[in-house]
Amino acid sequence: MLQIDVEACIGCGVCESTCTFGAIKVEGGVAVVGDSCTLCGSCVDVCEVGALSIKREEKATQGNLEDWSGVWVYAECRHGRIAPVALELLGAGRKLAEKRGVALSAVLLGSKLNGMAEELIAYGADKVFVVDDPALASFTDDAYGNALSALAKKNKPEIILAGATAIGRSFIPRVATTLATGLTADCTNLAIRDEDGALLQTRPAFGGNIMATIVCPHTRPQISTVRPLVMKPLARDAGRKGEIIAANLDPNTLKPRVKVLESVVEDLDRVNLSEADIVVAGGRGLENEKGFAMIRELADVLGGAVAASRAAVDSGWIPYPHQVGQTGKTVAPKVYIACGISGAIQHLVGMQSADTIIAINRDADAPIFDVATYGIVGDVFEIVPKLIEKFKERKSA
Amino acid sequence: MKIIVCVKQVPDAKDVRLDPKTNTLSREGVQAIMNPYDRHALEEAVRLKELHGGTVTVVSMGPPQAEEMLREAVSCGADEAVLVSDRAFAGADTWATTYTLSQAIKKIDDFDLILCGKQAIDGDTAQVGPGLAERLDIPFVAYVRKINDCTANTIRAERLMDDGYDLLEVGLPALFTVVKEINEPRIPSLKGKMKAKKIDIAKMTAADIEADPEQLGLKGSTTQVVRVFSPELKGERAMLGGTSDEQVAQLYEKLSPLL
Ligand SMILES: Cc1cc2nc3c(=O)[nH]c(=O)nc-3n(C[C@H](O)[C@H](O)[C@H](O)COP(=O)(O)OP(=O)(O)OC[C@H]3O[C@@H](n4cnc5c(N)ncnc54)[C@H](O)[C@@H]3O)c2cc1C
Ligand SMILES: Cc1cc2nc3c(=O)[nH]c(=O)nc-3n(C[C@H](O)[C@H](O)[C@H](O)COP(=O)(O)OP(=O)(O)OC[C@H]3O[C@@H](n4cnc5c(N)ncnc54)[C@H](O)[C@@H]3O)c2cc1C
Ligand code: SF4
Ligand code: SF4
Repeated sequence: MLQIDVEACIGCGVCESTCTFGAIKVEGGVAVVGDSCTLCGSCVDVCEVGALSIKREEKATQGNLEDWSGVWVYAECRHGRIAPVALELLGAGRKLAEKRGVALSAVLLGSKLNGMAEELIAYGADKVFVVDDPALASFTDDAYGNALSALAKKNKPEIILAGATAIGRSFIPRVATTLATGLTADCTNLAIRDEDGALLQTRPAFGGNIMATIVCPHTRPQISTVRPLVMKPLARDAGRKGEIIAANLDPNTLKPRVKVLESVVEDLDRVNLSEADIVVAGGRGLENEKGFAMIRELADVLGGAVAASRAAVDSGWIPYPHQVGQTGKTVAPKVYIACGISGAIQHLVGMQSADTIIAINRDADAPIFDVATYGIVGDVFEIVPKLIEKFKERKSA
Repeated sequence: MKIIVCVKQVPDAKDVRLDPKTNTLSREGVQAIMNPYDRHALEEAVRLKELHGGTVTVVSMGPPQAEEMLREAVSCGADEAVLVSDRAFAGADTWATTYTLSQAIKKIDDFDLILCGKQAIDGDTAQVGPGLAERLDIPFVAYVRKINDCTANTIRAERLMDDGYDLLEVGLPALFTVVKEINEPRIPSLKGKMKAKKIDIAKMTAADIEADPEQLGLKGSTTQVVRVFSPELKGERAMLGGTSDEQVAQLYEKLSPLL
């Protein structure tokens, strides 16, 4: 509970303007807290007279946290392919492991995994736990969850990272529940706290409107799902040495209660978008379908993929798989060109880790310019055709 | 078929905006609504009931104000509503939330199917569905976009994946989370609205669900929020000026080496 010392409170209202959740208000000269308080502690830090405190009846620490050591990455693979996010997590995990002075391990679950463990070592793993079993040929929450839980119980890692993909976000919550520990969803930043070595997990919430940093203080492992395309993989080094451990699990743990009858791959368009080096994106500023055709043409001459804001998708100018943002794809291309997109935070979270961002918008105050490497204030109908011409010339030259 | 739908009251994210100066969410006129994904879960439950018979019970853990949302759920076709509400639940993370909901569901009677939304648009974790299934020890399927077939003991359903979809067969009881593609929710009927006005919403406190106080709310949570802040944006903001021809020429210079 948030405690308010009404004697000390001077009714200055600083807490009210700090609270992101609108939970605390000054009424009749003193602060009053309501039900929407999440106990985030922001107001406690800003109250100059120290009128606020959070009474934390701390959860009892479960066992000896020191017994848990090492950083693990769940290396997702599906349809015979290692998910790119697994390599990104090995890059992020390497840094955490070095800071903690522990080993980095990957966990590989599936069937017919030949050569994949070596690949994970080349990307930074010191150890790879492999469960290669026909029962893991298709993804099921039961078999995958039981396998990862069993391995974690036995080997006691302090941190487990997994991609915030359809698969990761489906079965990792179950692993966290089985291990009776905390899980932070869809992280975009990970760091180790200097004082106590705790994992600081930062994630967007409220549709990307706010960021929250979260810790898991009393239980281990600390588990995070991490958004794809945010972390950077290490360069592949085929000379790296590592240990491959074939794990034997009780066959009963791999029995799923859900039967996969069929597994269909579609939507290759979407895959292309997230792997393209150049992305040209259009928004409501294109005005109509014809305007949007200009975006496709620019993408074509640059050899890039086409993306869109939700406004453009909702207008029916381009299908949903092209949407970038909080409720669409996350992309991190070398170049992202945003045309007639205002730069709502829900759009920015999907593209702000692009290396170079170019914004073309006629409104000089559009928030898209805050993330832009280069900005042009101007009319898309004037700028884009000229740009297309220029690059066409270059192509034919 | 007995179906339970978990619904959460959330602030309408369309209206939630961050004020860059004060670093707070501007909440002017922000309404509390039913989590949009939960509407689809409720709709699917009502459709299953219409096809196969049975009952739909909506359950929410939240403050007393959530009662209004539960009435709305009844107007959209739910038969019963349960509000799990207690000061002791405040500050719950998903671990404490799934504990609380599982204790409440154990009190509600038996069930064949539990439906949840894919995620709540405020906390955005998508962890409550799978965590709850594990607590209740029943099979779980995420991102259900279509229920193809349903018998007394099994369901066939399609699960949306990053690269396509899976067709699955699941024995009941089970828990699914649903995506928006699954259906188009109906608007309340007049009859539904009348029923919603009169219905007695069952209330459960921490004592009613026989909860272990150590597992509830902030105290029972495994995660702790240590800082909340607005997303920082890091553009270099080099503005290319001049006439449109000059702007395009500069951009061409900058872009060419990157291609
Ligand atoms: C929960 C939630 C999730 C969301 N998820 C997403 C998401 O995944 N992706 C997403 O993109 N959005 C998402 N949104 C919507 C988002 O908030 C914005 O509404 C949306 O991104 C706006 O799209 P836009 O920039 O194309 O349109 P607008 O905001 O209308 O901007 C159009 C811009 O074009 C400029 N313009 C107009 N005409 C011209 C011209 N002739 N030349 C140059 N510039 C011009 C205008 O100055 C303006 O800045 C989400 C919203 C919510 C609430
Ligand atoms: C900024 C912020 C960040 C947070 N980050 C985390 C985190 O990383 N990890 C964590 O464990 N907790 C986190 N929490 C706490 C979390 O939001 C709460 O535990 C919340 O009660 C449930 O999570 P959710 O909103 O993400 O729901 P989701 O798991 O996204 O909801 C999925 C579905 O579960 C059902 N459901 C969810 N809540 C209820 C309810 N109260 N009653 C009935 N049905 C419900 C609905 O059907 C819903 O569609 C965070 C909270 C805040 C404010
Ligand atoms: S900041 Fe402190 S003194 Fe000011 S109103 Fe809030 S509680 Fe009272
Ligand atoms: S603790 Fe956080 S949510 Fe609660 S009143 Fe203070 S700032 Fe608001």
